[in-house]
Amino acid sequence: MSANILTVDDSASIRMTTRIALTNAGYNVTEAVDGADGLQKLKSGNFDLIVTDLNMPNMDGLTMIRNLRQLPAYMGTPVIFLTTESDGDIKQQAKAAGATGWLTKPFDADNLTKIARKVLGR
Amino acid sequence: MNNLDPIAVFRTEAAEQLELIEAGLLDLTRDLDDKGQIDAVFRGLHTLKGSGSMFGFDQLAAFTHHCETAFDRVRKGEAPATSELIAAVLDAQGHMQALLDQPNGDHDAMSTKLLEQLHRAVGREASSTSHPTTGKPKEAPAEPSRRTWQLDFRLPADSMVNGTNPLGLIDELRDLGECGLSVNSDQLPPLDAMDPTQLYLGWNATIVTDKPRSEIEDVFIFVMDEMVMDLKDVTPASAPVVPETTLAQPAEVHPNEVPSAREEQRTPAADAKSQRQSDNVRVPALRLDEMMDRVGELVIAQSRLSQMAGSVVDLGLRSVSEEIERLAGELRDTMMVLRMMPVASLFSRFRRLVHDLARETGKEIELVTTGETTEVDKTVIDRLADPLVHLVRNSIDHGLELPQDRIASGKPAVGQVVLSAHQTGSEVVITIKDDGRGIDRARVRAKAEANGLIQPGQSLSDQELLQQIFQPGFSTAEKVTNLSGRGVGMDVVKKTIEALRGSIDVKSDEGTGSEIALRIPLTLAIIDGLLVRVGNGNYVIPLSAVEECLELSLEEDLRSRGRSFISLRDDLVPFLRLRELFRTGSQPDPYQKVVVISTGRERVGLVVDQIIGDHQTVIKSMSKLHDQVSSFSGATILGDGNVALILDVAHLIAAGQQQEAQLRAAG
Repeated sequence: MSANILTVDDSASIRMTTRIALTNAGYNVTEAVDGADGLQKLKSGNFDLIVTDLNMPNMDGLTMIRNLRQLPAYMGTPVIFLTTESDGDIKQQAKAAGATGWLTKPFDADNLTKIARKVLGR
Repeated sequence: MNNLDPIAVFRTEAAEQLELIEAGLLDLTRDLDDKGQIDAVFRGLHTLKGSGSMFGFDQLAAFTHHCETAFDRVRKGEAPATSELIAAVLDAQGHMQALLDQPNGDHDAMSTKLLEQLHRAVGREASSTSHPTTGKPKEAPAEPSRRTWQLDFRLPADSMVNGTNPLGLIDELRDLGECGLSVNSDQLPPLDAMDPTQLYLGWNATIVTDKPRSEIEDVFIFVMDEMVMDLKDVTPASAPVVPETTLAQPAEVHPNEVPSAREEQRTPAADAKSQRQSDNVRVPALRLDEMMDRVGELVIAQSRLSQMAGSVVDLGLRSVSEEIERLAGELRDTMMVLRMMPVASLFSRFRRLVHDLARETGKEIELVTTGETTEVDKTVIDRLADPLVHLVRNSIDHGLELPQDRIASGKPAVGQVVLSAHQTGSEVVITIKDDGRGIDRARVRAKAEANGLIQPGQSLSDQELLQQIFQPGFSTAEKVTNLSGRGVGMDVVKKTIEALRGSIDVKSDEGTGSEIALRIPLTLAIIDGLLVRVGNGNYVIPLSAVEECLELSLEEDLRSRGRSFISLRDDLVPFLRLRELFRTGSQPDPYQKVVVISTGRERVGLVVDQIIGDHQTVIKSMSKLHDQVSSFSGATILGDGNVALILDVAHLIAAGQQQEAQLRAAG
């Protein structure tokens, strides 16, 4: 059974790019438009991997990661966050919040699926 | 839905992002300390940069990066938000639009100029800030082919909680080449002290691989900073690799450095504005149009069904038909609502326009908008944008006076332009009002006479005189300024509004200002109409324009012949005989009806043979071939499959007024 991935990004174009890449790689993709939306979808679904942006309205990625780590169902679920080179210490903050790894923007489909495979182990 | 192009989506999104940034900046000009807006602008810039570089808009990404950096400093309290900075970023925002429109153009000169301005505003020398680069971990120089590595590692204790799977990492190591492994369990606590979520194990590995050192390190890229790792090249001179290894030196317990970073991150306040946005689903307008078409067909098919059901005695069929009628009606109403957008999206772009015009003209202008929540069909909004821009420009350029002139005439220095919208019945009225000098009627008349639009001395009603400004080639400006001479004339405005089945009213008081009201139907897709018969043809008159229906007896018809006026409560109203207008060649019915239609002030009676009843109709626009047919604005298909043409009210009223004028002139 292919893994279920939740992508959380306020940018529709990035969501579309990640969805196309991950769907082509055979994963099931669900989208959320910000952290609040993401958290809600996490609570009502069952995901094997979360790919999230950090800067978003309503609820940013860091807060969402912190919240999802409070959910017993998502203890140990990998979370990859999207970041830019200039984000500097934000990586540290995201790791502390409970993220598994990151992907630097700009990324392409190969980067993304490689990372997904890496953390999912499949 | 995979066929949509991410780049196209990015462009739309970036344009919206730019609008939000702009709105945020404009809000900041009023309140420099608005933390929420500073965050919002930063977020917008950040997103724009990130996704810009994703989609190959490198110039945009690099340029935006600088603005983002500037705002980041403001956000972190390292630099104050100044009006100079806001102005610089506003200018930069315009440039970003250009970078978005022409990603491959040569923008260097402009970029440099704007960046200098920006850096001056932040009070810092041009950039130590680096361009965003596509960061790849640096490749170590190529290493000799096959080497043996001794790797001892211990992952952070909480790494499994955070989604790192040690077995996955070990599998990756195994994929690199020959790999011997042993577990280091010396830090395993007594069973009763174990936390099941923690990782107490370390590993020792010997890897024989031709891959470079960096690839081994890359396996641990996500945990590198917090883990303990010792990687040594132990390639023996000649001896074969021994997979079994001895325990490495006891790994030091790495102090956990992260807790300080755990402190609560600032969460941007979920302001109502962004909340609203995230509740929306974006659908291409084209799809809505397609759906509208289908609903239209459904409504037509449904009305055929009702007609058939009505002519048989089958009660079952009738009840199904009624059910379908109800459902189709609801579906159509829902569809209409889907296409509605608040005019706020239209109004918001004027803040920038007014801001720019104020700077350009040296006038002080306050833009007031009201009724932004009024909703109008999306097509209408799109088509209204250009005319509105023109009217607002006009108000500012021709209407508003310079501050000193305003003060001299006893007005406040700051001129006001009010954009408002409200709904009346099936129409929306959008008003552009200014408190400027008003329209100089003498000058309008002189100009119209000079251009041969009216005869010298010709008597005109006030409204007729004011409407002269909509004549092609008319301009009251003494010189064509940068603002007004942009290719769109008031005649184009009028044409556009009429194409929307709307009308324009002008009010103006010399010295105190002008008011131009655009009356537009809420939707272009469906109208409530009055179905009438003229000769053998069916026609639909938009119900919103209908004032009343009267009977025109044969005697009255004969009496009025040649004069074409009816007296309506002491008012003379001109009327048009549609039978003559459409040359039906048939005999009039003995009891003809007059449908009085109006747009605001003007009234005209239309003589028809029979009034059939009200009819909700889905408008099919006419083909290009019929572009010249001005009496009709579209067509619809009736329940019995016949076509009915929809009368163009604005055009008919104009024709009626013309006829009235001719008759008056003839005495």
